[in-house]
Amino acid sequence: MSTRQTRTGEGRGLPRRGDTGAPRQEGTAPRTSPEGSPGGPPARDRRPRAVPDRPRALAVPPGGWPGGAGAVAARFLALGLIVAVALWAVAPLASAGNWTGTAIVAAVTAAGLYVYLTPRRMPAKYLLPTTLLVLAFQVFPVVHTMSLALTNIGDGHLGSKQEAITAIETSSVRREPGSAEYRLTVAERDGGLAFLLAAGGRAYAGTAEGLRPLEGATLGPGGRITAADGYTVLTSAQASARSAEITELAVPVEGGAIRSQGLSRAYQGRAELTYDAGCDCVTGSGSGSGPEKAWRADEEQGRFVAADGTALPQGWKVDVGLANLAAALTDPRINAHFLGVFGWNLVYATAVVALTAALGIAVALALHHPRMRAVRAYRTLIVLPYAMPAFAMLLVWRDMFNTDFGLVNRVFGLDVDWLGEPFTARLSVLLVQLWLGFPYMFLIATGALQTIPAEYLEAAQVDGATAWQRFRKVTLPLLMLALSPLMVSSFAFNFNNFNGVFLVTAGGPFPADNPTVGATDLLITYTFRLAFGQQGAQYGLASAMSVYVYLIVAVISIVSFRRTRVFQEVDR
Amino acid sequence: MNRRPGAAGGGRAGGLVLRHAAAVAVTAFALFPILFVVSAALNPLGTLSSATLLPGGADLGNAADLLTTTPFLTWYANSVLIAGLTAAASVAVSAVSAYAFSRFRFAGRRIGLVALLVIQAFPQFLAIVPLYVIFSVISDNWPAFGLNSVWGVTLLYVGGQVGVNTWLIKGFFDTIPKELDDAMLIDGCTPGQAFRRVVLPLSAPVLAISALLVFIATINEFLVASVFLTGDDSRTLAVGLFSLLADQRNANFGMFAVGTLLTAVPTVAVFQFLQRYIVHGLTAGAVKG
Repeated sequence: MSTRQTRTGEGRGLPRRGDTGAPRQEGTAPRTSPEGSPGGPPARDRRPRAVPDRPRALAVPPGGWPGGAGAVAARFLALGLIVAVALWAVAPLASAGNWTGTAIVAAVTAAGLYVYLTPRRMPAKYLLPTTLLVLAFQVFPVVHTMSLALTNIGDGHLGSKQEAITAIETSSVRREPGSAEYRLTVAERDGGLAFLLAAGGRAYAGTAEGLRPLEGATLGPGGRITAADGYTVLTSAQASARSAEITELAVPVEGGAIRSQGLSRAYQGRAELTYDAGCDCVTGSGSGSGPEKAWRADEEQGRFVAADGTALPQGWKVDVGLANLAAALTDPRINAHFLGVFGWNLVYATAVVALTAALGIAVALALHHPRMRAVRAYRTLIVLPYAMPAFAMLLVWRDMFNTDFGLVNRVFGLDVDWLGEPFTARLSVLLVQLWLGFPYMFLIATGALQTIPAEYLEAAQVDGATAWQRFRKVTLPLLMLALSPLMVSSFAFNFNNFNGVFLVTAGGPFPADNPTVGATDLLITYTFRLAFGQQGAQYGLASAMSVYVYLIVAVISIVSFRRTRVFQEVDR
Repeated sequence: MNRRPGAAGGGRAGGLVLRHAAAVAVTAFALFPILFVVSAALNPLGTLSSATLLPGGADLGNAADLLTTTPFLTWYANSVLIAGLTAAASVAVSAVSAYAFSRFRFAGRRIGLVALLVIQAFPQFLAIVPLYVIFSVISDNWPAFGLNSVWGVTLLYVGGQVGVNTWLIKGFFDTIPKELDDAMLIDGCTPGQAFRRVVLPLSAPVLAISALLVFIATINEFLVASVFLTGDDSRTLAVGLFSLLADQRNANFGMFAVGTLLTAVPTVAVFQFLQRYIVHGLTAGAVKG
């Protein structure tokens, strides 16, 4: 911590780093500061303000600055640490020629050095770690999702056009009589598979990127490579464990690819589909025996389409503009049930927050009494649902609601198809979420109750307030002050509580005539099935849907914050 | 210390009985499914269909199966390491920034606070694709923090937790009278010293609760862990136990129940450990009048 300061003897009178320009000014400033003058008005409303150049040595004991040797040492330590981390981080980026990454690391390092080495008092000293973490792991994913929403990324549209061409060519490789053969050794490098190939006394290394000559290979008795610098040769057991990967691996070469045949041989085959840059199309006979055909590149769809309308499965990622966002609104498969799902989604999130908060606060209040016994035992037991792994307990609850052998029916002697009827299914997911969520509210309410000064309640009692009035006018407003941001967070979480619905009902029960939307579906489970369902992964469309979900939640959050006192608290 | 005025005049004992009745009812609601899991864990048959609320018999066959047929202890060590580190790191980082938001006034403070809340409304699991992009880049350059690394996932979890924790802790800091830090400042301390010597010790309850919440959220986290920690050595409890039930749900239910209970042990332990910090009325007497 750079703000760490000690007042050691040696430190006295040493100017701090960065202060050399105007040590006098700082030293004299406190004497003129009203806050520092003894006997001055109490500094009730003066808060430490983050104004640059505000004398930090305010009210220094005569004879020394607090920024002594300790502070200097702390700054040097910070300097060393930041530079060391930066050097470690930048080395692989620079060696890979990644200048954007290098520039980002340099900018972050510069910001860190500036913030932590300047003697000024800056809020940034406190805020930098949070800022960096939030930027990297929250802001960037959101922004990136929004950019993905503008593309057709998904199964068959994952990479660039060149990658798609390579995939088309290598996957169409067929063996031909008289094609080149190699002795194969399967090896590993940095976790990736590599083929070590030997033919005619020459050695090559092949990966999915391509083939290159191999230096420093040791040839064994059978003509196979037994060792090579930088590669780990797999044992036959290891190789058979990865046989699926090995069969898949095609090393692209001119006019075809090298594929394995078993674990010790490889052949070079000819690609039956080849890309022709002249017509920007893929030509060949497709599945081997068919007539010669041409698939033209369609830059709008990001795939190769033949004259008869068929397309090759491997495509590439292209920008589709607002098509995904528009599809989410106009595609009848998607928007038909949007309002119904949205309505239940609102009810679900609101009910979960209200129920968990009400029960949590009620229990916290019941236990918050000076003469209450066994509080600790109650607290430990009541918080147990929160300690249980949620995903596991969701599955347990699902089985407890089972009609035939479910515990709920057995214990209460009922024969209810809990998860099979829309109403009971909705009741069930709410009950499960109440069970999972109320201990959290209970914990927070317990913590918040302890911060309410007893004087407030005593004063209210002296003024003749009844117990209900004391609760309504003193305890509850103060509790809500602490709880409301968490309730809004809880709302946002439950609005998208994928596990809470998906693991219990999977969105069901589904009406007989419509298997796409169930009674307990939230927008997010509904989107999930649409985007990742039978048609294969459509990340672009899913991103567009999640942008909508996010906008809805963000708007609701902001509106609820305006209604609670949170924003007033922000302004305080 | 924090002496709450007594219950409504008259019927004090009755009030206490009601309080106990409510507490017992809620405790029963809380314990009912857990009891089922306990009995399923002890159930000698180890299947879902034979599990009852009260154990019909008891042996440790399910536990023995779990320990011998799965790498349960590796999952366990990974989960505790990740959750513990995430809790410690995110509370430390959040407390520092919460102090700035609570005590300093600076340009961008309001926007920063609101942005922290709004940004975390984003459905995390749909950000899986971008997060995967980030981690592919990290894996290429710094494998120690990349895919299949507990350190990288820890960093990701910390990043996901700082927003809500900053809010939680800031709310508590706001209730600590500013007169206390002002007194420290007048006595010649820096804000950093006031933070460490006054605000932090007084905030032990909220720091404990935040750490507990993060620990629980992290040890329960499934989706991110299932995507980023796929190696045999790096799986967490959530991923491992889920795979157990995905294979054979009925037959493995006993083992699953044992694993569920053992997963809860570190959380309960952390709660017990932190409970002494959740003490009454720390600030109630600090500033009188």
